[in-house]
Order: sequence, then structure tokens, then C-alpha cells
Amino acid sequence: MTAAPTMAAQDSTRRELMTGVLQKQGAAIALVLMVAVAWLLFPRFGSLDNLRDIALQSSFLAIIALGMTFVIITGGIDLSVGSVYALGGVLAAYGSQWGFLVALLLPLAVCGLIGLINGLLVAKTGMAPFIVTLASLLFARGLLLAITSEGATTYKIPEGEAFVELGRGTLFGFGYPVFIAAALCLVGGLLLRRTRFGQSVFATGGSEQSAKLMGLPVARTKVTVYVMSGVLSGLAGALTAAYLQSGVTVIGVGLELDAISVVVIGGTLLTGGMGTILGTVIGVGIRTVIQNVINQIGTLDSNYQSVVSGAFLLVVVVLQRSLARTTARR
Amino acid sequence: MTDTAKTVDRTRAARWLQEYGVYVAVVALVLFNIAFTANFLTVGNFRTQLIQAAPVLVVALGMALVIGTEGVDLSVGAVMALSAALVPLYLGYGTLPAVAIALAAGLAAGAFNGVLVARVGIQPIVATLALLVGGRGLALVLADGQLIQLHDPGFLALGTGEVLGIPVSVLIAAVLAVLMAALVGKTAFGRRLVAIGGNRRASVLAGLPVTRVLIGVYAICGLLAALAGVLSTARLGAGDPADAGLLMELSAITAVVVGGTPLTGGRVRILGTVMGVLLMQLVRATLIKHNLPDSTAQMIQAAIIVGAVYVARERSSR
Repeated sequence: MTAAPTMAAQDSTRRELMTGVLQKQGAAIALVLMVAVAWLLFPRFGSLDNLRDIALQSSFLAIIALGMTFVIITGGIDLSVGSVYALGGVLAAYGSQWGFLVALLLPLAVCGLIGLINGLLVAKTGMAPFIVTLASLLFARGLLLAITSEGATTYKIPEGEAFVELGRGTLFGFGYPVFIAAALCLVGGLLLRRTRFGQSVFATGGSEQSAKLMGLPVARTKVTVYVMSGVLSGLAGALTAAYLQSGVTVIGVGLELDAISVVVIGGTLLTGGMGTILGTVIGVGIRTVIQNVINQIGTLDSNYQSVVSGAFLLVVVVLQRSLARTTARR
Repeated sequence: MTDTAKTVDRTRAARWLQEYGVYVAVVALVLFNIAFTANFLTVGNFRTQLIQAAPVLVVALGMALVIGTEGVDLSVGAVMALSAALVPLYLGYGTLPAVAIALAAGLAAGAFNGVLVARVGIQPIVATLALLVGGRGLALVLADGQLIQLHDPGFLALGTGEVLGIPVSVLIAAVLAVLMAALVGKTAFGRRLVAIGGNRRASVLAGLPVTRVLIGVYAICGLLAALAGVLSTARLGAGDPADAGLLMELSAITAVVVGGTPLTGGRVRILGTVMGVLLMQLVRATLIKHNLPDSTAQMIQAAIIVGAVYVARERSSR
């Protein structure tokens, strides 16, 4: 009498495990396949120079997507990251006239403050994250325009300023931003997996009600993830400014969607409660490799980049959804 | 007891504000402009404001239906870009075929979103994100990344023509607003879409054709977005897929929400949406006419969005 249900339970556990593996490792498998194919088809793809380029391009997006992953796991979303990123760059270049520290801390402080406002509005008023961060998308762009006198001024980072080194300097041939991004993702992964805060992040996204009943600091967790997202986007902007040696006003448009895409491709569910930093890093890798391969093809219109990205995102979410369904239907 | 009474009182005030706040704001802004803005009360100014607002309204009407079902459509701007790419491609066959193809593409794109949401069960924000990312790219590929000048007088009349002194695009937007209000208020389809937004599970249990209604709603939204793309292409006299409908999803969502349709669904305010579009247009116009820079305009818009949603929030957390 008890044997049959137990067997069935075992069976479903196994299936759950398999779909779980696919759900989690699908992106990694895709990345490996893409890299292998690109390596075979384009001799230039595997060159050290190109790999360095890929790593550097990935690092800025990875830093932003790291914060976005935390936000999405709590069940939220941050649409303001593109604007905040651009604002961070402008503030860094503007602040660089007072030296390294101001150039670094000014964007972090202002962008963190925007994140704090996002977090407070989401956590304390129960307003939809979507709309709150949409408003701060507009607000950050407005602020950026105000600082640059309606976009007419581009602040240059003074020649010889140490801050430039942060974006341009290299170690073992790879740019500093690559190491900064790697370190941040490592710390972020540990924070998510090994700390009480990480537990709260998962619990908040899994079921806010139960998290509250368990006595977890739901509001504080939410505020924290939005602050993280703001600070990290500001940092990515500052690093970009250091790399470009000026604060460019027109970058970052639509970047929030890139960040969300890579997080989703990396297996983090937009419904919250589930996700990994490693997945996000893989998602970023996929995005950059697609971009890079399309550039290699050369004859292909660069507009195909977004077509491919959109199609890829679609395939991933449909797969994710159907796998999740199999799991739920035991 | 007093606590409950206070809550009820606050809810009532919030509900009143949500219901009529946007009307009050529009009237206040009009009065302000009459008093302090030079040349506000002129026919020319009214025409300009309405012509600029027309495409936004056309998109926002579809968005209102989608938001009423507790969804959202991020792809409307990309669909407008598709229109801007398709119309010049097929204008050689005549105005009607070109417009029909653009509209059919919008309808198909919307239905595609609807299938993803209703059948596959993907969250609306993600389902429509894919088309937002890919759609504009596709439009640019179709148009070879070019802005294409148009000279077909029949088509350009859509943008610059008039009927009884009223610009064609404004007339189309107004007729559509009336149609949508009738659709929501007077048809079974409208009642169902509101019911689905209010409680999807209950609607499924009640035997409503949830999937069909949802696909229909997204299809209408896509169709209207494509029409808005046609109208702005005609007005511009050129197909510009790089710029057509840029950030339109944000303007449309804002107008709908400011107009009193909550993001939590279960309620559609068409007249409110019209007012929301007019309000955002008036805000922009007022700031421009008083020589306030774009930066300030954006920050004020952000504050308006937060304020409006803050008001809407209390009702939904009832």
C-alpha cells in the first residue's frame, strides 16, 4: 500500500532533478556550444586579443547584472539601471577634477541614494517595483541632463588622473574591470549562498508572507538589494567613464533590458525565489559572445544582434517555463 | 473600531483621488496655462498639442486593455518601429496595401505576445520583453538601418490631412477611444477581460474563455501600436525605425496608470487614459513653453508617476 506512492515519489523526484539540472545547466551548455562553434568557424575568435575584448565588454554588464540578480530573486525588478549607469559615468568624470576618491565615491553615493529611494518606495509603500524604477529611470536621465547642461557638456577626465588607470590598467593582459567584476561576482555569490542575508533574499522572493512569518527582515532585505543594484550600476558607469576617459551621456539606453535578459537567460526566475550568480555570469558570457560573433561575421548587419538576442531570450523563457511545468505537474 | 473607520476613510479619499485626480490635474493645468502661458488659448496650439498626443493615445488605449488584464506590453515601441519599416517597403503597391501589411504585422506580433502569455504561461513583462529586444532590430534589418523619405500624397494625408478642420490622426484617435470605451463597457469581451484581470483563477473556474480573451487583448494592443506607427510615419513623412516609438512603452504605461487603471488589473478606465495622455502632454508642453529644460521636465514626470501610483496603491492593497 505504501510502496506504490513511494516509488512514484522517487520517480518524480528523479524527473524533478533532471529538469532542475537542465534548467540550471542549460545556459552553461549553450555557452560552451557557442564558444566551441565560434572557435571552429572564426579563427580570430580564439585569439588572445579577442578573448580580452570579450572579457572586458562582459565585465561592465556583469557588474550591473549582479545587482539585478539580487533584485529579481526578491521578486522585484530594476528598470533604472541603464540610466543610473550613465549617470554614474557622468558623475565620475565630473568628480574626477577633485581627484581619484571623489571620482569613485561621488557616483557610488548618488547612485546608491537612488537605489535607496527605489528600495524604500518598494518596501514601505508596496508600490510595484516596475513603476517605481521606471520613474527613477526618468529621474536619473533628468539628473544626468541637468548635470551636463542638457547633454551639451561632456566631462573629460584630466590627463594623468589615476582614476583612468582603474578602467584602462591591465593585469596579465586583462583589464582591471574584469578582475573587479570577477571579485564582485564571487563576493555576491557567497553573499547569496552562505549568509543569512542571502537566505532572506531567497525567502522574500519565494513567499513574502512566509518570510515575514518566519521573522525575516523582508523590508530591510528589499531596500538592501535595490541599494546594491544602484551602487553596482553606478560603479559600472564609473569604470566605463574611466575606460573611455570621459562621461558619455548617451550610453545605457535600453541597458536595463540587456541586464534583465542575461539574468533570465542565466536561469533566474522573474517570479523570484530562485537564481544563481554563476548563471548570470554565464548569461553575460552568452550575450557578449553573440555580439562578438556577429561582429566577426562582418557582412552581417549589427542589427541582427538584437534580433538574435530577442529570439534567444524567447527560447530560453519558453524552455524554462515548460521545464518548470513538468516539475509542477508531478 | 476607530482604526477601521480611519482606514475606510483613507481608502475613500484615495479612491476619490484615483478616480478624479487626473481630471482635477488636467483642469488645473489648463487653467494655469490660460493664466500664465502666452498664446495658450489659440487654435494652432490646441492642434499642435492634440496632434502630438494622438499616437500616444492610440498606443495607450491598447495598453489600458492589457493592463486591465493584469498584464503589460513592453513591445509597443518596437511594433511602431516595425510599422515605420514596413510602410516604406510596400508603399509602392499603394497606400492601402502598405498600411494593411503594417497593421497585420502589428496584429500578428500582438497575438504572438498573447499566446506566450496565455498559452505558454510566461509573465507578460518577459514575454513582451523578447519582442522589445528583437522587434526594433528586425525593423532596422528590414529598413537596412535607413530613414526612408516618403512622397506618396495619399499616405501623407494620414499625417497632415484634415476632416472638417480636425486633423485625421486626432480624429482616428478620438474614434478609437470611443470604440474602446464601448468595447470595455458594453461587450461581453470587455466584461471578461476585466474579470480576468480581477481574478484569473476564478475566471478559469467560471468557464470564461481566458486564453482567447487574453490573446485578443494583446492582439488589439499590437494592432493599435502598429497604427500609431503608421500615423507617426505619415506625420513625419518618413519611415524611421531607429526612432519611431522610442520609449513609447513608458509613455503609454504612464498615461494608463496616471489615468486610474491600476497595474494590478481588474479595472479599465478609458476616459481616464485619455486624460492621462492629455495630462502628460500638457505637462510637457507647459514645461517647454516656460523654458524649463528637458532635465527638469523628466524629473517632474518621474514625480508625477510616483505620485499617481502611490494613490493607486491604496486601493489595490485593500
